[in-house]
Amino acid sequence: MPAGLAGAALVVCALVGLPVAYLMVRAAGASEGSWDLILRSRTVWLALRTIGLAGAVTVTAGAIGVAFAWLAVRSDLPFRRVWAILYALPLVIPSYVGAFVLLAALGPKGLVQGWLEPLGVDRLPDIGGFPGAYLALTLFTYPYVYLVSVAAIRGLDPSLEETARTLGRSRWEVFRRVTLPLLRPPIAAGGLLVALYTLHDFGAVSLMRFPTFTQAIYLQYRAAFDRTPAAILSLMLVAIALVIVAVEQRARGRARYYRTGAGAARDLSAVPLGRWRWGALVLSAAVVGFALVLPVGVLGYLLARGLDAGIPLNLTVGAAGNSVLVSAAGAVAAMLLALPVAALASRYPGRGANTVERVAYVGYALPGLVVALAFVFFASRYAPVIYQSLPLVIAAYVVLFLPQVAEPLKSGLMQLSPRVEEAGRTLGRGPGTVFRRIVFPLLARPAAAGMALVFLTAMKELPATLLLRPTGFETLATRIWTSASAGLYSRAAVPALLIVLVSIVPLSALARRIGVEEIRGD
Amino acid sequence: MARIRRIGVLLGLGAALALVAASCGDDGGAAGSPGEGGSLTVYSGREEEFVASLFERFEADTGIHVDVRYGDSAELAATLVEEGDASPADVFFSQDAGSLGAVAEAGLFAEIDPETLNRVEERFRSPDGLWVGTSGRGRVAVYNTEVLDASQLPASILDFADPRWEGRIGLPPTNSSFQAHVAAMMLTIGEGPTRDWLEGLMANGVRFYEDNAATTRAVAAGEIEVGLVNHYYKFEVEAEDGSLPIANHYFESGDPGSFVNTAGVGILASADHDEAARTFVDFVTGEAGQSWVATETWEYPVAPGYEPSVDILAISRFVGPESQVDLSDLGPALPGALQLLAEVGMV
Repeated sequence: MPAGLAGAALVVCALVGLPVAYLMVRAAGASEGSWDLILRSRTVWLALRTIGLAGAVTVTAGAIGVAFAWLAVRSDLPFRRVWAILYALPLVIPSYVGAFVLLAALGPKGLVQGWLEPLGVDRLPDIGGFPGAYLALTLFTYPYVYLVSVAAIRGLDPSLEETARTLGRSRWEVFRRVTLPLLRPPIAAGGLLVALYTLHDFGAVSLMRFPTFTQAIYLQYRAAFDRTPAAILSLMLVAIALVIVAVEQRARGRARYYRTGAGAARDLSAVPLGRWRWGALVLSAAVVGFALVLPVGVLGYLLARGLDAGIPLNLTVGAAGNSVLVSAAGAVAAMLLALPVAALASRYPGRGANTVERVAYVGYALPGLVVALAFVFFASRYAPVIYQSLPLVIAAYVVLFLPQVAEPLKSGLMQLSPRVEEAGRTLGRGPGTVFRRIVFPLLARPAAAGMALVFLTAMKELPATLLLRPTGFETLATRIWTSASAGLYSRAAVPALLIVLVSIVPLSALARRIGVEEIRGD
Repeated sequence: MARIRRIGVLLGLGAALALVAASCGDDGGAAGSPGEGGSLTVYSGREEEFVASLFERFEADTGIHVDVRYGDSAELAATLVEEGDASPADVFFSQDAGSLGAVAEAGLFAEIDPETLNRVEERFRSPDGLWVGTSGRGRVAVYNTEVLDASQLPASILDFADPRWEGRIGLPPTNSSFQAHVAAMMLTIGEGPTRDWLEGLMANGVRFYEDNAATTRAVAAGEIEVGLVNHYYKFEVEAEDGSLPIANHYFESGDPGSFVNTAGVGILASADHDEAARTFVDFVTGEAGQSWVATETWEYPVAPGYEPSVDILAISRFVGPESQVDLSDLGPALPGALQLLAEVGMV
């Protein structure tokens, strides 16, 4: 492999490895009692719960994401292009807002119970614990799988499916035996993003009162003020994450996903749904309803209630500008630093690339608080000039969100035949030039998808931003936190709605760009 | 090709803009030029919505410009400990004594003048003079007045473990005030009785909530009848939601339920602006700060001679068993409390 590529990948690993280095420093101070923590049955129980939740959410979010992606790109669903954008939109809702909204609406004495009271419904069953956490996480993470899958389905070679059809297979068989296996990389990629997100999420599981590893880590930092058990628990979380990444690497396999023959690029044809149309519409309406309409509705209700009560509502335009600035910068930085990792993983697969990938993805599994404290530790002591500055926040975003852009890039590269690069090389260009002038432009779509994901996630990011920002630098997420932590939910509704509003624009543009175009028979 | 280039240029500009913004300072307005009196950096675990007016008054009175970094008290304490001597903070304004204790234990505080310390009651300051309390926060049982009458509520918090309270109680187990209260109970009545009480609550199917405000709102909605929270949440929630059918029930003096915690301040030993820091601590424990607590908040002033503005039980009535719980003992007792809560299954 080119030395430049390996060098770049090592630099990325060094940056992303900072939190792990910090955790090892802290865990090294452990006494006997701290290590007992690992063997306690409660810790094992926590690990099982966390993995169980991650598994359940990944499977469901994966199924919904792939189904919606296929519906959006290949079917004749009524209002397909509108749905294509709506399917992606729940990504703009922060998980802590989403969980709060679900509780406010579906709680035992919540809004829905209030509407049903005249019908004699005194209280609804409590959705806290596993059901609530499962629902909240699934609803707001399936768009990760959706967006990655849409880009991939669009890039599929239709000749494979057509060949299978001419051999007499039914449409369902074609989907199951030809299309689905070809989608293994993006499904695995999206599934990985969802699984690691579930590991590190704190807002939703905390509100739903479902103890996970991350919640236990937060408790150790916040309640016991003891960093050693917290560091040990964090390292265990890292271990779980590494296992998940290894599973994804296996699932991706070493198969070739690109076209080998000459072929001809053709338009896709719409697959008629027939009577499945109604089921698809109901499912779409249900999911989008709960994941998008409900949160926006509840936020609007809170806002209206606040206006009614005459509470001064903070119109946080400055914070909105800050959010956009730092999220966009984070997205670009993450994309640039993800390129070497993705290139290694797709073009030079092997143990080295797998290791680089695993190290690079660990930051995504760690809770924001842990990554933030790691940066506090290193920056305040060794690089005070960037401590509590925007470049540090952007670096933290890169560490936190690298996989979100690395995965689409990797999938995109895997769908790109190496013949193209080889052709460039035979014409006398060096590998760097070939990459820059030939491969990179062809990665525009997955790169845009990845950057949009990072942008949207960074807009919602709270714990690391809170700890690492320059003093006085407010983002929309920190403004939500400011008001919500004081119990002033009406005031929190304004920045929450602004996140939704500001995020919708790039997300819609992206959803339109990455593949929902006209297809024959639509 | 040209389109890619255009996008690349745009993104590059965006990134450049971000870095320019970083070097030119921030957009929040708080980090500006120092006033004529100098400047001060405060890490505040107290919420901006409530204490911003205190900082404004301080700036107006002294001319010292304050840069306030808001965050969760415990997370800020963890940050201070990680920063160590390199911390840019001058003052740590904490929501509770536990966080102050953690920073004190790490040896990061400088001693406060005895004159300032003597302004507040002894139980609201560190015996080593490392931090001083600024306002009191009492533990109560908030109850739904439509379902319960004041006489039906027990004098002792331990009675809530009785089976007749099954399914009627709620609390926020991950909240620092609740955990501090459990730690205080362990210090006064011992671990055994505290464990029995917690296990009794669990057997009663106690319902968990995210924080004190959510617990109070659940009481108001009728989801539960009683919530174990801090005294001022009734007022905080009613300020947002309007008048609600809830009231505070206070446990009798001498009961383990009768506990008052304190918010407080400490001066960092590594402070760049030591003078300004001491001025701030004097301000917040003196006339201006304590009258602010009395009139602008629903909490208890800790200096004698100031009465809270809302109708709440006099702070002198908050007396636990063994008369006083030394708040500086709370910090070291917290890990034990957390362990106990984990063992009974509350966290």
